[in-house]
Amino acid sequence: MRYLLRRLGHAIFLLIGVSILAFLFTTLAPGNYFDEMRLNPRIAPETVAALRAQYQLDRPLPLRYASWVNSVLHGEMGFSFAYNSPVAPLLLSRARNTLLLTVTATLLAWGIALPLGVWSADRLGRLPDAILSWGTAVLLVIPDLALALGLLVLAVRTGWFPTGGMTSVDFETLSPVNKFRDLALHMTLPVAALVLSALPLLIRHVRAAVADVLDAPFLLAAQGHGIPKHRLLYRYALPAAANPLISLFGFSIGALLSGSLLIEVVMSWPGIGPLLLEAILARDFYVVIGGVVFSTLFLVSGNFLADKLLYWTDPLIRTESSGG
Amino acid sequence: MNRRSSLAKWLVVLGVLHGVVACAGFFAPYDPTAQDRKSPYLPPMRVHLVDTQGHFHMRPFVYSPRLREGTFDQYEDDSMEPHPVTFFPSGASYRLLGFLPCRRHFFGADNARIYLLGTDAYGRDQFSRFLLGGQVSLLAGLLGAGLTLLIGLGIGAAAGYYGGWRDSLLMRLAELFLALPWLYLLFALRAFLPLAVSPLQAFFLVIAVIGIVGWARPARLVRGVVLSAKERDYVRAARGFGASPGYLLRHHILPETYSVLLTQAAILIPQYVLAEMTLSFLGLGVPEPVPTWGNLLASLQHYSVLVSYWWMYLPALLMVPFFLGYLGLASSLQAREEAYKIEGWSPGSLT
Repeated sequence: MRYLLRRLGHAIFLLIGVSILAFLFTTLAPGNYFDEMRLNPRIAPETVAALRAQYQLDRPLPLRYASWVNSVLHGEMGFSFAYNSPVAPLLLSRARNTLLLTVTATLLAWGIALPLGVWSADRLGRLPDAILSWGTAVLLVIPDLALALGLLVLAVRTGWFPTGGMTSVDFETLSPVNKFRDLALHMTLPVAALVLSALPLLIRHVRAAVADVLDAPFLLAAQGHGIPKHRLLYRYALPAAANPLISLFGFSIGALLSGSLLIEVVMSWPGIGPLLLEAILARDFYVVIGGVVFSTLFLVSGNFLADKLLYWTDPLIRTESSGG
Repeated sequence: MNRRSSLAKWLVVLGVLHGVVACAGFFAPYDPTAQDRKSPYLPPMRVHLVDTQGHFHMRPFVYSPRLREGTFDQYEDDSMEPHPVTFFPSGASYRLLGFLPCRRHFFGADNARIYLLGTDAYGRDQFSRFLLGGQVSLLAGLLGAGLTLLIGLGIGAAAGYYGGWRDSLLMRLAELFLALPWLYLLFALRAFLPLAVSPLQAFFLVIAVIGIVGWARPARLVRGVVLSAKERDYVRAARGFGASPGYLLRHHILPETYSVLLTQAAILIPQYVLAEMTLSFLGLGVPEPVPTWGNLLASLQHYSVLVSYWWMYLPALLMVPFFLGYLGLASSLQAREEAYKIEGWSPGSLT
């Protein structure tokens, strides 16, 4: 339990560190949201100054950070100048969409990578393994951006999938079954782009980890006992190889979050990505900070989940922490 | 032997590709910003050897396109008049390798313009833009990776050599940077820098942003190597003779990190080229009219382009060999490191 508590403390430390870092960057920023107004002769300088004061842009950084933390504790996370509303509700609806995308993509990518990697490790050096290695190499060298755009070109030319947004125009009028179908159709392209970009690395790691274990004497012994191949691979080899893969799981969440930022913009999925881009262009920096902190929160929870899994699967960590 | 030859093979591949891009002005038939307003969105031209009458020509030729009657973006070949492809014609002036003034190009067409990858909305040659854009993107990747490795080397060496509270502080900071999804970090850093800047400023801004974001991983690797290297007997001996920390680092410790740094460079450069592409694609990087691989693809954000002008996607396919080259280089460098490990010498095993 102490191990998990330590990891939790680590996570909180990370979140605080990231928010401080983000605030430090804002002081480097030349210009803010109200600079455009200053150029407008119809807006009095006093008005701009009053606005700046109202949003506390004229106060020193530590004070601004303190009041931001205060607003986080009140569930607001600062104030968006462009949307004229607290940041948290803005981010929450977007974060839901981003999560929908990344969680689906994570599950799907791992669901494909595990069996393929194990299968490939079992046939190390033979034809299926070689084909798979080539396949992952090809996927690895195609840039994410090119992959996403290629899928879009494909969708446009075949007309099989909608090419943007999250729902059709008449979504509200559809029956629940059709609603689900509509959402699934809209999700297909972005999820496919994310999965395809994450897949090669995952397959390669699963393959390497399992191949490492397959030579172990205990597996030879198990094979000698006549345990069937399938059971041998999935019940004996895979758990033994799980440790590095679970760390990779945490890492893959971060990679997919980064990937989804770009893919959301390309495929106009209403997630955090487009909001963040808009906010950057408008210098709406509380939204930027909120977006970064939110993404860190996802990542940290993903890593915490991975730690919990590790604690659960790896007896070494369990005994070490209960003993110490 | 086999390992060395695979490394050499990838180096040759990358050398050729980069050579072509470095001499982009020569291989590109036109100036990347020259507009041909009469032929916007021209599809890629076919290079023929046999004309419509069935006659075989020794010299390849193209047909110049003309607008189809009653349309504004549909072209048809003017098959009356073949324009032979010419080699080494004189054309738009450029500076070879950035300094040699030159007018000679690799190829062109007689009395016509040749567009191998088609043209964009302003009638600019996509092939020339791809090559010249490669200069910007690849240079950004190289310089960004150089900056990252420099920062990583400095911080990693300091943390590993001095240890103690400096080590813990720097490594906590590194964890912070590693914890963030790096594209978000890139965006956040970019968000607080000026948006409307000249292309040259934007170029250096992008390099700085990309270079600063990625220092944590190389720093950790370097620290690992330094930690093990500083306890070697010859280093202790040199220290016993009164060598200063700077001397020890320069002459005895840091040379051991080179293979790690080399592998990191092969991994980081393509990643940073991608980062530059992403930023420019989203309009946060190097702006038009300067071509980069990112803003070359930016027009695909418009639905109409996606539907009607598929050849705007072709540059994306031409980039793949570059990434393939770097992937091959990185994996053969990694294999070389692994081989050292088996011989009992382990760079970076403490990470």
